[in-house]
Amino acid sequence: MMDHAITLLLLTLAAGTPLVFAALGELVTEKSGVLNLGVEGMMLVGAVVAFIVATTSQSPWLGVAAGMAGGAALSLVFAIVTLSLHANQVASGLALSLFGIGLSAFIGLDYVSVIIEPIRPLTVHGLPDIPVVGVLLFGHNPLVYLSLALFAAIQWFLSRTRAGLVLRAVGESPQSAHAIGISVVRIRYLAVLFGGACAGLGGAYLSLVYSPSWAEGMTSGRGWIALALVVFANWKPWRVLAGAYLFGGVTLAQFQAQGMGVELPSQYLAMLPYIATIVVLAIISRNAAVIKQNAPASLGRPFHPEG
Amino acid sequence: MSPRLQLSGITKRYANVVANNAIDLTVLPGEIHAVLGENGAGKSTLMKIIYGAVKPDAGTIAWEGVPVTIANPARARRLGIGMVFQHFSLFETLTVADNIVLALENERTSVELSDRIRDVSNRYGLPLDPDRHVHTMSVGERQRVEIVRCLLQEPRLLIMDEPTSVLTPQAVDKLFATLRRLATEGCSVLYISHKLNEIRALCHKATVLRGGRVTGDCDPRHESSSSLARMMIGGELPQTQHRAAHAGADVLVVRKLTLAADDLFGTSLSDIDLSVRAGEIVGIAGVSGNGQRELMTALSGERRQDEADTVTLLGTAAGRMGAAQRRALGLAFVPEERLGRGAVPEMSLAENALLTAYRKGMVAHQFVRAGVVRDYAARTLRTYGVNAAGPDATARSLSGGNLQKFIIGRELGQHPRLLIVAQPTWGVDVGSAAQIRQALLDLRDRGGAVLVVSEELDELFEICDRLAVIAQGRLSDAKPVAETNAEEIGLLMSGVFIHRDGEGRYLRPDSSR
Repeated sequence: MMDHAITLLLLTLAAGTPLVFAALGELVTEKSGVLNLGVEGMMLVGAVVAFIVATTSQSPWLGVAAGMAGGAALSLVFAIVTLSLHANQVASGLALSLFGIGLSAFIGLDYVSVIIEPIRPLTVHGLPDIPVVGVLLFGHNPLVYLSLALFAAIQWFLSRTRAGLVLRAVGESPQSAHAIGISVVRIRYLAVLFGGACAGLGGAYLSLVYSPSWAEGMTSGRGWIALALVVFANWKPWRVLAGAYLFGGVTLAQFQAQGMGVELPSQYLAMLPYIATIVVLAIISRNAAVIKQNAPASLGRPFHPEG
Repeated sequence: MSPRLQLSGITKRYANVVANNAIDLTVLPGEIHAVLGENGAGKSTLMKIIYGAVKPDAGTIAWEGVPVTIANPARARRLGIGMVFQHFSLFETLTVADNIVLALENERTSVELSDRIRDVSNRYGLPLDPDRHVHTMSVGERQRVEIVRCLLQEPRLLIMDEPTSVLTPQAVDKLFATLRRLATEGCSVLYISHKLNEIRALCHKATVLRGGRVTGDCDPRHESSSSLARMMIGGELPQTQHRAAHAGADVLVVRKLTLAADDLFGTSLSDIDLSVRAGEIVGIAGVSGNGQRELMTALSGERRQDEADTVTLLGTAAGRMGAAQRRALGLAFVPEERLGRGAVPEMSLAENALLTAYRKGMVAHQFVRAGVVRDYAARTLRTYGVNAAGPDATARSLSGGNLQKFIIGRELGQHPRLLIVAQPTWGVDVGSAAQIRQALLDLRDRGGAVLVVSEELDELFEICDRLAVIAQGRLSDAKPVAETNAEEIGLLMSGVFIHRDGEGRYLRPDSSR
């Protein structure tokens, strides 16, 4: 029983991790006032690029780096279009998702049934053998630890550093930030690129760790869930983390339910993680005051320095 | 000694206007220099050029005798130029210390800065709590944050853009003391305003702008208000005709109106009592952000009340009525935001007329009578001298003053029994402002009731018969204008009347002592 619970916990973390990456990256992007709806596309491109590089180079870690670069490259297109050319962010972001879905399917054609050696959990000798705590603390995949480190870093960055303060200020009032001499466009570029790299990392985790393979549209909507997570989490990193693991937990639970032969069509069960995550987050995030205090006020609005 | 700042031949063109035309301006160290002009005279553009937010098309800038190019605000700040904006450049969700640390390049933590903030703010008589969130602060306090933020950068030129439009008379005195002290310490001040008496009281020198050109240079201490006005508007200040009031029956009665703020950054109204009679103008003074916006939405019907008799309009309990029903009773309403609430920016003037004046025969059997609508709009343009291409011009294409004349004209054309108007002349040039005030007085003389909410005390004293003050969501009793003065109103504006006697009436400080 205990073992079973521990396994579930491990798997929950594993299932939630791609969302943690993608949503935390999007959170940083949105905190700068830019709404990038292209997360799904960036995740897919990250996933396929990571997979291709990992299979051809035989180095999964090179694959991870390539996945991040792929996501960032796609987000750079978005940044140029919206920040330098002042295109509408919503339309550009949707287009970016569609573009990423198509592009990843295209460049991944030859890799659909290729098998790859996944990135293994860390095996520090003996440590995972410590009862209960051992596996819980030391039995995870390195990328899971990376996601937790990313969470801590972003939390610290946003609340404790001057650069984080500047980022929040730009998202709240780009006009005011510009007036006191902050380079709004440069900071937004960096935030968008960071978000792209994180989404790519989330994709790389999917194709190199979670289900080590490449399949067209393998993110199955996680990019959209990441977007919803950020909003319903009121732009708070720890709530993003909680939401991601909730999604992971329900994903697991419905697999178990399918395995036990629950009398429900599998399609309904497959919907569950998405519905549960959104319903729970929507219910706990109804406080208008909290939203106003945390939401980047300029979200989605283009910024022109002169005018 | 070389001048602190010297502009020569500064020119800036926009699509079809020349905002600044060959402007020369010299500011000496320790000088308080006024830039005087009406809205649209080019003051703001000129300040943005000095602050590096706008690039001039031609002309040179010399800073302490050295020619410079000010490419962006960061460069301006490194030179030692600080600016306090008319519309504040603060971040509402951050604390005072965070707001200030953002503007200082070499500061890392807001903790050690807190002491310096307290230190500087107390030294200049501008007390501030570094840990407060900006959204909890009044407009006057926010201005303090802006000023202290500039002072911490030890500026050698401080630009103040219409700083007193949001302050009580007492706060204005304090601000002037601060500015004078800065000037004696060698800091130059560029003071932007269209208020003649303030400039005469404060400034050593004045440069007057009209239509983008310098029309005069003078020592305002040796000028009269009318000589300054001649330079500013090219004519005499218009005067309004004020006849004696003949107040009739109550038209609007508000009883115990209490309303929770619908917004984290809003103000709750508590226990507001107010009445406006036919044939009188009642004014509500107050620093913005003290509940004016909430009071307006409660009176216009945008927010309904729970009890029908909280608001009585022409004898009908209207508290639960929405905006359309209240208008049907004879209410007309001119909100503070012209674009967006007073008019739909993208729609033509004719369509905007239809939106509130449709009861004037513009609709027959659910069909719009386009001819009637256009005639109404065209008549409004003619009657109120609105400068617009015609009834088909979009509301957005009009300047602030012209759009306001159109909106007020549209409402007056419906012959309202009660007109509620917020900030009637905010951002309107002197000539149009006089015209608008006269229109309000004319409505009163025809027996209409008028409620005016304004931050401009001079305006309220000019047109109102009775004056009340709103502060922190409470309203003082309305008092005949002849029985009060700017000093007393100023005290009330700072919220000094929060005492009530046995009958639940607010006690006001005695102005005779």
